[in-house]
Amino acid sequence: MSIQTSNKLAETHDGAGSEFLAFTLGSEEYGIDILKVQEIRGYEAVTRIANAPEFIKGVINLRGIIIPVVDMRIKFKLGTPVYDQFTVVIILNIGGRIMGMVVDSVSDVTTLTPDQIKPAPEMGTAFNSDYMIGLGTIDERMLILMDIDKLMSSNEMGLMDNIAA
Amino acid sequence: MTIDISQFFKVFFDEAEELLAEKERLLLGVDVANPDPEDLNAIFRTAHSIKGGASTFGLTDMTEVTHILESLLDRIRKGEMALTGVHVDAFLAAKDILKMQLDGHRNGADVDQDAVADVRMMLQELSQDVVVAPVVVAPSFRQAAQPQAVTPGAGARRFRIELPKVEQRDVNALVDELGLLGRVSETPLDGGRTAIIVTTHESLDDIIAICSFVLDPDDLKIFEAPALTPEQRAVEDAERARVEADQGFGFFDMDDTPAAPDTRSEEDRGYGFFQPIELIRAEAGIVAEPVVAKVAETVAEVADVAEVSGERRRKEDKAPQGAEASSIRVSVEKVDQLINLIGELVITQAMIEQRSEHLDPMKDERLLASIGQLTRNTRDLQEAVMSIRMMPMDFVFSRFPRMVRDLAAKLGKKVDFITNGAATELDKGLIERIVDPLTHLVRNSIDHGIEMPSVRAAAGKTENGRLFLSAVHQGGNIIIEVADDGGGLNRERILAKAKQNGLPVSDTMADADVWQLIFAPGFSTAETVTDVSGRGVGMDVVKRNITAMGGVVDIRSAAGFGTTISISLPLTLAILDGMSIRCGEEVYILPLGFVIESLQPQPDDVKDIAGMGSVIKVRGEYLPLVPLHLMFDIVPRHTSPCDGICVIVETEGRKAALFVDELVGQQQVVVKNLESNYRKVTGISGATILGDGGVSLILDVTALLRSSRQLAGDAVSNDATFS
Repeated sequence: MSIQTSNKLAETHDGAGSEFLAFTLGSEEYGIDILKVQEIRGYEAVTRIANAPEFIKGVINLRGIIIPVVDMRIKFKLGTPVYDQFTVVIILNIGGRIMGMVVDSVSDVTTLTPDQIKPAPEMGTAFNSDYMIGLGTIDERMLILMDIDKLMSSNEMGLMDNIAA
Repeated sequence: MTIDISQFFKVFFDEAEELLAEKERLLLGVDVANPDPEDLNAIFRTAHSIKGGASTFGLTDMTEVTHILESLLDRIRKGEMALTGVHVDAFLAAKDILKMQLDGHRNGADVDQDAVADVRMMLQELSQDVVVAPVVVAPSFRQAAQPQAVTPGAGARRFRIELPKVEQRDVNALVDELGLLGRVSETPLDGGRTAIIVTTHESLDDIIAICSFVLDPDDLKIFEAPALTPEQRAVEDAERARVEADQGFGFFDMDDTPAAPDTRSEEDRGYGFFQPIELIRAEAGIVAEPVVAKVAETVAEVADVAEVSGERRRKEDKAPQGAEASSIRVSVEKVDQLINLIGELVITQAMIEQRSEHLDPMKDERLLASIGQLTRNTRDLQEAVMSIRMMPMDFVFSRFPRMVRDLAAKLGKKVDFITNGAATELDKGLIERIVDPLTHLVRNSIDHGIEMPSVRAAAGKTENGRLFLSAVHQGGNIIIEVADDGGGLNRERILAKAKQNGLPVSDTMADADVWQLIFAPGFSTAETVTDVSGRGVGMDVVKRNITAMGGVVDIRSAAGFGTTISISLPLTLAILDGMSIRCGEEVYILPLGFVIESLQPQPDDVKDIAGMGSVIKVRGEYLPLVPLHLMFDIVPRHTSPCDGICVIVETEGRKAALFVDELVGQQQVVVKNLESNYRKVTGISGATILGDGGVSLILDVTALLRSSRQLAGDAVSNDATFS
């Protein structure tokens, strides 16, 4: 499934462009492939998991399934992690696994054509450029495009057993 | 019209597998010296049904084996041949061959053709021991019984169907299908074509409908009531005589009796009616009755079996016919989905109940009454749905008689195998996982437990050792026991072996602790390694598997009297009786199965051991104290066990006191997998959703105590946490 969607992403890069969900972490604006997003929810109380890294907030009940929630602001040390009625959880579906990602806010969905996407620089963002697709520019705005598949299944996040173990 | 036949293949494979298992069970249960005719008939039926199915699907290799098998069985069940142990062995061997062939067709597994040939040879030799009065019947003739108690021929119409040139397999399939309607005979025509003559009460349309499964109806030529050729007439008459004798006296032990047509399952209707040519010969050879007189020229011999068959008929009439319960096949995923949805419903219902608590009992009386009703209905529904996953233990037990028999024979031992509680139900998932450990335990009991007949006789016991396999519900658990009346475990030898393996043991250990040693990896006290057991890899795997299922293994043994290994398992993995406990602000679920008692210790009873944590004294026993807040890095309300509460838990035969802040309550929880979207967390076995929609984690007591022991063993200071 993940292979399919990334192929799709590659295909659309050649053509009209692909859609990205834009959200903010601290003062930076990020974008992820909209096809990975299942839904967007408000932040609700999580159940803490003992001895998990600090950025893994815990687990929540998403209509009967138990999903982990990670706070990207803690993970990338961006902004101050406040939890209020504006805090947003983006529910992602990465290769059939569901997980929540806490961000400061979600702005919009934008379409980027391939020529609007510039290759990622070697430095300058809070996270490893391996997890970046590139930089998207729309007028004055700049989106850091995350390869959310790669990031969430990475060893660094420790969300999945096969890699984390 | 084309039909995707592959879906039927699957059904056939499933059915054949069940039939083979049933056959084995019956064969093992049969009393060789004095076989029950009912059992013989049942064995015959299984072979017959497999054959019918196999020929329908063109699996000729299976048809050939079942055919020989069936002929032999038929003679035995008719009393023409005495059943001997040799026969039973041959039939079991044939069952294995059929299973192999079935697997061959199903999974493309290798089929040992030499073994197939050997078994066929063996069966054929056995069947040649008896002289059968031969009757000359046209070789292309096949027959099938009438589906209802209707006098054949009377009012029935005859159709002659001329088929175009088609494969023999298709012809066979068509003959099988038409056999459902009435009597069928098949005659080859020139040019590779075939004509089928059907005598039936059904209409022409029905026949065409059936034919169109196999052929294009436009290619068929159907004539009604053609004149019979002399040859056909002779065949027909012989057949009619046989059927009449059958109906008059119940002479025929087919898998249906006209008295109870409704209880026949669909496959019996479909494939159960075929009789091979040998059978017809044999039967025609012993038919006896005045009715038959008019066709006596075709009957070579008259035997006085009418009375016997009459008796059998009466007996059959009384026999319970509803044994085959009707069932449907549903994939496990669908059931699991249903269970998940019910889990959701239960949670939603609990939410509603919780939110209705503040309602005014006077003003909202009717709403509250409805909610009460909803609660009851939900609970009933949940129970009903959970029971779908439950399967009887017979599913596991039924595979052992054969194994015990073979193994005992191989080892030269005599073993009576006794099962108890085969109807006890257990979750399907657990049933599948319990098979391997149980197999190992049963093997062990036969190999090491039960002594050789001479040894038993010398010890004043019966030569036949006894092996018991039992299952019983006990609270929320199922207790499965494997018991033998053999020599029992040898304490000295186990201790000696343990010392040799460098395990920490002392000569004064309690028996129960000594017995647990046999679960250590690489532990075997067998003097010689046989191919049955003794390599020492088994028992630790058994223990590990059962622990992984949330179960406990216990051994009781007395020298000279035998050994009992008792496995206690939770009934289901999906629902768990839990105790909710609070530590700091967090609520956890503790599976009730591990909990022995809860208590608040007195300050005097809590003792610190330098660098090793603390212990508490409970009725003279010192138990290690496992503070949950240290394990899980929680800010607790109480730091002294004397303020909080200690839950005494037991796992792997060890007890410990889990120190928590308070007990919240006891409830049934639906277990949710944490790993499907996250990963394994040490000390947590799963999660559940509480009445308020929040998530609560279920403690993995075994892992928790193990890591706490590691902590203590490493002499890590008290404030350390495990990772």
